[in-house]
Amino acid sequence: MNKTVLLGSIAAASALVAGAASANTLQEVIDRGEVRCGVSTGLAGFSAPDANGVWQGFDVAMCRAVAAAVLDDPMAVEFVPTTGQTRFTALASGEVDVLARNTTWTFTRDVDLNLRFVGINYYDGQGFMVRGDLGVGSATELDGATVCIQTGTTTELNLADYFRANGMEYEPVPIETNAEAQQQYLAGACDVYTTDVSGLAATRASFADPENHVILPEVISKEPLAITVRDGDDRWAGVVQWTFFALVAAEEMGITSANIAELAQGTDNPEINRLLGTEGELGSMLGLDPEWAIRAISAGGNYGEIFAANIGDGTPIGLARGLNAQWTQGGLLYAPPFR
Amino acid sequence: MSDTHARTTAFVRDTMLPEAPAPIAQRGAVKWLRENLFSGWMNTALTLASLYVIWWLLAHITPWFGNAVWNANSLAECRAILDGRSGACLGVIRDRWHQLLFGFYPPQHYWRPVLALVLLFGALAPMLFSNLPRRLLWLSALYPFVAYHLLWGGSIWIPVVAAAGFGVGALAWRLITPYTALGAILAALVTPILWWVLAAGAVAGALTSVAPLGLEFVRSDRFGGFLISLVIGISGISLSLPLGVLLALGRKSDMLLLRSVCIIFIEFIRGVPLITLLFTASLLLNYFLPPGTSFDLILRVIIMVTIFAAAYIAEVVRGGLAALPRGQYEAADSLGLDYWRSMRLIILPQALKISIPGIVNTFIGLFKDTTLVVFIGLLDPIGLSNAIRADTSWNGIYWELFIFIGALFFVFCFGISRYSMYLERKLSRGHR
Repeated sequence: MNKTVLLGSIAAASALVAGAASANTLQEVIDRGEVRCGVSTGLAGFSAPDANGVWQGFDVAMCRAVAAAVLDDPMAVEFVPTTGQTRFTALASGEVDVLARNTTWTFTRDVDLNLRFVGINYYDGQGFMVRGDLGVGSATELDGATVCIQTGTTTELNLADYFRANGMEYEPVPIETNAEAQQQYLAGACDVYTTDVSGLAATRASFADPENHVILPEVISKEPLAITVRDGDDRWAGVVQWTFFALVAAEEMGITSANIAELAQGTDNPEINRLLGTEGELGSMLGLDPEWAIRAISAGGNYGEIFAANIGDGTPIGLARGLNAQWTQGGLLYAPPFR
Repeated sequence: MSDTHARTTAFVRDTMLPEAPAPIAQRGAVKWLRENLFSGWMNTALTLASLYVIWWLLAHITPWFGNAVWNANSLAECRAILDGRSGACLGVIRDRWHQLLFGFYPPQHYWRPVLALVLLFGALAPMLFSNLPRRLLWLSALYPFVAYHLLWGGSIWIPVVAAAGFGVGALAWRLITPYTALGAILAALVTPILWWVLAAGAVAGALTSVAPLGLEFVRSDRFGGFLISLVIGISGISLSLPLGVLLALGRKSDMLLLRSVCIIFIEFIRGVPLITLLFTASLLLNYFLPPGTSFDLILRVIIMVTIFAAAYIAEVVRGGLAALPRGQYEAADSLGLDYWRSMRLIILPQALKISIPGIVNTFIGLFKDTTLVVFIGLLDPIGLSNAIRADTSWNGIYWELFIFIGALFFVFCFGISRYSMYLERKLSRGHR
């Protein structure tokens, strides 16, 4: 984490220099005919190239929606694989226009690194996975366990805090990457593996015997993974932010990629009409045309469809909606009104 | 006396005994085994322990490869086919081999990197084997431009015009040499740069508009896998050798300024880990350059890798220079050769010959170091193995990918090392 902060500070210090070039990202993107989107170099369900080299995943779908809204082509995205170290500098230096790379929204990143977090596309949190035959049903029973933990991450600090707060002891087994962690955990080098719950689910899905491993119910930290743009370009931030909100609102209003063509003819619901551009001038206020939201939603479907296609119950990763359900369903997804 | 003799004759053989084979313990495989493997209780114990380890490894590896599954489209399918047995899931290689080799290079253009690689061997041949005609070296000199065009494509006039820069330099040198030697060298250095900076863009643009020839342009971000390792490794190797030799000569120079610059450069670059230079290339250079210029990331990495390897080569070559007896330098001077001639004809051929193992060592290290680009988000084979694992079909697969990547690297590094042994043998024979 410290390295990230240091590099980020360099990025922030230099943002003044580079900032001049990127004051009008929207126009640049339109001129270039392509959105440059920073993604991770490979995270199951969130971003990965398929056998044909086409990027797929939950984060990737967010970028495609932006490209569809702005450029009328969900494939007009140049995906730039970024690592934990390079992601913020890539954004600050203008190498990417938008960062959709499972990045946790924190105070220092927002304020100190001059990033603009426009929308939380996934509410994650740190959890624990154990072998089922240990008979552990709750994280509070983990006293004395050996824990595989990625070094230099916030998860390491969260783990220490959680065990101390509950008066428990643990023995850390430091590991470098998720791949190493899977091997160590399967080899029995540690009883518990801890990382973000989405990561645990993806890891468990890759095991030969997923039914013999349990993800414990406790979630010990807040990891709001957000879509990020540069500070200082509110117009572009607005486009990305409201494209994301359009996906969320579409799910709430029942607009799917299947019925959107029909609904775009005009409905009795004025908010749907405003979102889909048959009423009002919301598109032109963003600097786009009235059909922007129709294209964004048609690209990969609404938020719920994107979730189901990439990380939902029907996929090997099999994440439940949980906190990522609509506010009407007891989750935290809440798009401001389109008015 | 005769009695004695008569009594003994019965025991004297008058025919030679046929040569008997040596006792079984003293010949063939048994002797070899006794001498080399079981010559004492210590060696016997070590032999038995080694045999056990070998048997244990084979017992695990052979079924793993023997049960290998090629026809599967996901790890789950592999597991279903294997049904609990241990076995390699080589379906991932069948599914993704093209990505591990070429990255995201458009499949219909795979012939271009393949042709570039084949031509590379053709271009290297005259440099590597001295019994080929020397004229072929001109074709080798053209190779970088051909390879650039094959790999990246775009207008054919860009590499042509870039190559013409060297022609312009040679022309300037020819024209000015009769008047002043120093001026000719300066002109040969300055005119190509002027040509590239001022004229090349416009000329290439004009030629393209007249005759838009060329292959389809492939962007750098489509490069990946082994292709990116080879592009970075081979460019780094071929650029760092001349640069390293110049740095070594500069470090041994009598000119204070030149020597100090070379020492500072070498010591600074050697004192910094490669990963730091790569981060500099990917993160900081963007800030130093004027806003809006996007400078190709692969090019930035090649530059950094080159200067890193050049610093090491410089020290290896300096070792070769220092190993030459002082008399060789004095002999060259006494022949009345100027500095460059004495270096080219007498000093460097000997110094480089001494340095071959060290140079090859650096090259192999450099080639393997290209995998470090994974940390700046370039998808080299290691980076791609990560990306492939992120696909839900292949999440959880390790050994198959790493064995495949390791085998590819081994083939190349072993080839380089065999060639260096051939070269050493050939050169040492000339001195016997």
